[in-house]
Amino acid sequence: MDTVSFYGVGLPYLKNKKLPGKLIVIEGADGSGRSTQIAMLKDYLEAEGYAVLDTGLKRSNLVAGVIDRAKKGNILGKTTLTLLYCTDFADQLENKIIPSLAAGHIVLADRYIFTLIARDIVRGAKKEWLKKLLGFAIVPDIVFYLQANPEILLHRAFAKYGKLDYWESGMDVHLSTDIIKSFLKYHALLKKEFDYMADEYGFFVLNGEENIFQIQNQMRALLKEKILTNW
Amino acid sequence: MKETRAYGSSRKFSGKLFVVEGCDGSGKSTQIYLLKKWLESLNYVVYFTEWNSSDLVKEATKRAKKKNLLTPTTFSLMHASDFTDRYEKLILPHLRAGYIVLCDRYVYTAYARDMARGCDADWVKNVYSFAVKPTIAFYFRVPLDVSVSRILNGRTQLKYHEAGMDMGFSTDPVESFKAFQGIIMKNYDEMADKYFTIIDGTLPIEAQQRQVREIVKNALNNYVSPIRNNI
Repeated sequence: MDTVSFYGVGLPYLKNKKLPGKLIVIEGADGSGRSTQIAMLKDYLEAEGYAVLDTGLKRSNLVAGVIDRAKKGNILGKTTLTLLYCTDFADQLENKIIPSLAAGHIVLADRYIFTLIARDIVRGAKKEWLKKLLGFAIVPDIVFYLQANPEILLHRAFAKYGKLDYWESGMDVHLSTDIIKSFLKYHALLKKEFDYMADEYGFFVLNGEENIFQIQNQMRALLKEKILTNW
Repeated sequence: MKETRAYGSSRKFSGKLFVVEGCDGSGKSTQIYLLKKWLESLNYVVYFTEWNSSDLVKEATKRAKKKNLLTPTTFSLMHASDFTDRYEKLILPHLRAGYIVLCDRYVYTAYARDMARGCDADWVKNVYSFAVKPTIAFYFRVPLDVSVSRILNGRTQLKYHEAGMDMGFSTDPVESFKAFQGIIMKNYDEMADKYFTIIDGTLPIEAQQRQVREIVKNALNNYVSPIRNNI
């Protein structure tokens, strides 16, 4: 990335600054294969000699404790939860991602503002409000979107955890009191938002139901073509 | 369920919301306390809440401030989370149920402080755009040297963020506090025409309170309390 560009008003202190690193975002639902792909991508890039930072949503220590505590008790209003996630994202952006980009690293972001947008639109937030709220986010060099159907995600969730999680099934949205029905409806709604954003923001859409290595090869080829050549 | 989360301005409540704003040392907390006493003496049910007091978020904010982990953006978002938690759980439900709500500081405090820290004005306003417009927002205006000396006389030490030390105006807390409060006051003054009922904070306390009560009395002309305190 040369001169930083933002989705909205941005961070005042970064206006017209140059960041030599590259920001690569991988988006997709839980179970779409993000972590697997990121781990493989990190190995590959490091083997190629690039310095890599991998980071994800809800890993900062600023508010992660609050979010976890609140979710356990289910005592948060929806707008409060959105703002806490947003705080957490801002903390990671400013304290991890930007310094890494300034140091010339490749940053692999396991989810970005798009997950926050999709999750919250499904919960009734206004998109314009969310987009402005998250307007301090840097525009990534590339966004990969691992697309998968809710049925596949359902079986992967069972395979991975042995059960369905309350939040990942969208039970707080009250789509159904039946957790399987809720999961399928919730993920269908999320997918709709992601598919819409794929056009809006120009994601590279990858079929998350394909073979892991096939997906990885496509990602590497795209990275080579779009990012690594001429860097 | 799919209805967009309500924006304050478009909603109608039977409750009434009175807000006090002003710089530290403007005397606003004394005034809202006296207002509360008076309303209670008239048997109204009054709900009072103050800035930065959400059980959930307060601890995290305190910890982050202590460690000096915050940027202007995360500082703003942490306080927004605190406000929103109180708004969704306490302020809004009380208003909808028809009660009188008193707030010691409201969104205008965030506008004034966050803008002083360099956040974009429109961005901050968007963050809080879901909040209902108060029935009356009192602004207690006092000259800067008065409010500053009120604070300094009653206090042996200024807190780091309170003094705006994160702004880098000065390494001397008192000088930094003066500079920071000066910007906040300027921001308040600029908002005054649009949002505030101005009270001269240099008048005797009881004279200010007489004005406040008169204005509140008029605002409660057609108000009917949902219940009476002593019934």
